[in-house]
Amino acid sequence: MSAEFLYTIEVILNGLLTGVMYSLVALGFVLIFKASGIFNYSQGVMALFAALTLVGFQDGQVPFAELINAVLGTEIHGFGWEMPTILAILCALAVMLLFAILVERIILKHLVNQEPIILFMATIGLAYFLEGFGDLMWGSDIKALDLGLPQGGSFWIEDMTVSWAAEDSGFYGMYIDKLDLIAAGVAVALVVALTAFSQYTRIGRALRAVADDHQAALSVGISLRFIWVVTWAIAGFVALVAGSMWGAKSGVQFSLSLIALKALPVLMLGGFTSIPGAIVGGLIIGVGEKLFEFAIGPMVGGATENWFAYVLALIFLVFRPQGLFGDKIIERV
Amino acid sequence: MLYREAGDYKTSYVDDAQTFPIAFDRWRYYVVLVVAFAIIPVFISDYMAKSVMIPFLVFCIAAMGLNILTGYCGQVSLGTGGFMAVGAYASYKLMTAFPELNIFFVVLLSGGITAAVGALFGLPSLRIKGFYLAVATLAAQFFLVWLFNKVPWFFNYSATGQITAPPRSVFGVDVTGPEVPAWGAYLFCAVFVFLLAWLMRNLTRGRVGRQWMAIRDMDIAAEIIGVNPLRTKLSAFAVSSFYVGIAGALFFSVYLGAAEPTEAFGINQSFLVLFMIIIGGLGSIFGCFAGAAFMIMMPVLLKNLMVDGMGWPTTIATHFEFVIVGALIVAFLILEPHGLAQLWRLMKEKLRLWPFPH
Repeated sequence: MSAEFLYTIEVILNGLLTGVMYSLVALGFVLIFKASGIFNYSQGVMALFAALTLVGFQDGQVPFAELINAVLGTEIHGFGWEMPTILAILCALAVMLLFAILVERIILKHLVNQEPIILFMATIGLAYFLEGFGDLMWGSDIKALDLGLPQGGSFWIEDMTVSWAAEDSGFYGMYIDKLDLIAAGVAVALVVALTAFSQYTRIGRALRAVADDHQAALSVGISLRFIWVVTWAIAGFVALVAGSMWGAKSGVQFSLSLIALKALPVLMLGGFTSIPGAIVGGLIIGVGEKLFEFAIGPMVGGATENWFAYVLALIFLVFRPQGLFGDKIIERV
Repeated sequence: MLYREAGDYKTSYVDDAQTFPIAFDRWRYYVVLVVAFAIIPVFISDYMAKSVMIPFLVFCIAAMGLNILTGYCGQVSLGTGGFMAVGAYASYKLMTAFPELNIFFVVLLSGGITAAVGALFGLPSLRIKGFYLAVATLAAQFFLVWLFNKVPWFFNYSATGQITAPPRSVFGVDVTGPEVPAWGAYLFCAVFVFLLAWLMRNLTRGRVGRQWMAIRDMDIAAEIIGVNPLRTKLSAFAVSSFYVGIAGALFFSVYLGAAEPTEAFGINQSFLVLFMIIIGGLGSIFGCFAGAAFMIMMPVLLKNLMVDGMGWPTTIATHFEFVIVGALIVAFLILEPHGLAQLWRLMKEKLRLWPFPH
């Protein structure tokens, strides 16, 4: 096989794996949108906050240390112990659950029956709040997240693929990040678990009922408020998974919340209401932007990944406004 | 007692249709104009102009632009930063290509160019609605900023990739460049704010504005009663971008002096303007002013209070700013979805009845 062909395959594979990471974030959006019709802009910041909390617990940081130091003039930074990863994950999950309950109590309860665009803007406000709050609580420096997962390229794949090309073609094997492979596995497991949860459990059935029709669900005795807490908690869990995967890859920092912006075109492609759509959309965007950058990028100055996803989604939407798998939009006067 | 229609007899149709039908409102309006154009320029200090007044005026214009699109026509846009960049780069190219052209017309022309770009990016709004459109406008935001970063023609092949405003003057007074008197820059921006606010007021209460509002309230119904959605939505995008482009041109040439697209016109700028109109009030001109004043003043006050007053590190003040802005947005949407402008309206209603309770 020629080296060019193998390079292209490598780009496509890496694109697919990046796409899986986008899908992880997009999943959280779809869950909340289906259950409550809220387009949750703060999903990305939730991922950041969850990852920050995880690192904070792991390293035994004192919450609000900077603020306490500034007000009281003390010099405290950490408790001086390190928490095992499993315990830290459980603690972070508890924090996200608490967050879900608070969001329902303080915000959603008061915004029932508002227009979707008002709710959307409320979640932008929530995103800002959470971003500042997370930084206040854990500090805004870049933190390394070590979950004990393997890092770096996979030598096995590199060794296997190098023999495919001719000796002197200058092809040194494909570089595939091990962490990306694990993230892909986690994403698959997550989707299977979520599907099983919504198909075979009592709460899952209630979730689907609410997604179908709020009023009908209410009339058969499903508590909307409870369901909302459950959805936001699940979205918080998905955010924790996405945040720790991205955090382990590139460090826990502010730019983590920007992946939420990347998840938006993924959703638009796949449709807001479809979990398979989020996966397929993520893969299309991941492969598309990597291929575009590989083929066209050098001609126009590179860094096309910043906008390619949005323009692709925009062009796509003009022809199919509900996305690939979305429910058909019917409008009445 | 002072604030009421009673006793103010209108004797002609022109009187009847005037913008401020209540005498007290008219006088208040004249007082504001006198303060803005005759008193503030005399007393304004460099610090006041640089950190409060000029950003306030510039963002008033940007907020008016976004309010036309979002508040009056109901199309949410997250591309404001990108369109401000178009205005800024248009003004830069015009200033360097035609050095003898007066800066006033440069700014107006930049607005015109931005209007054309805005109408182009507004085309998908005919097919895409609601927050699908909001996300689609992100395409404009990221694509435009990338374009100004990567195509050297836009920054005249300068080595740093930055654009720097050359000195230009109006009536012999510098308004851009390194040696600008505070009052000159202030007055230059204030004139634009006045003209554009006047234009917006008259646009929104006329035929065009009513078409925008019909589309906002329900686009299918509006189409059925004969409002052309293509013309209406594109005109809203064009007029809105015209305002935002002027804001971008002033922001670059008068306020910043030198700019670099990722920092100055990033996505945060889009959100800042969106927050201004949410806090100020959607669909209200007073709201644009109130929201811009609030969002510009709050960081300055917070910084003064926390960093200078209590000696806290700057980072904490910045984080608190995020927390407060976020909480305020949510609080406003829950308690008063129509923003500060609605509080102002309620106050006027109460004043009209005062001192009687009903």
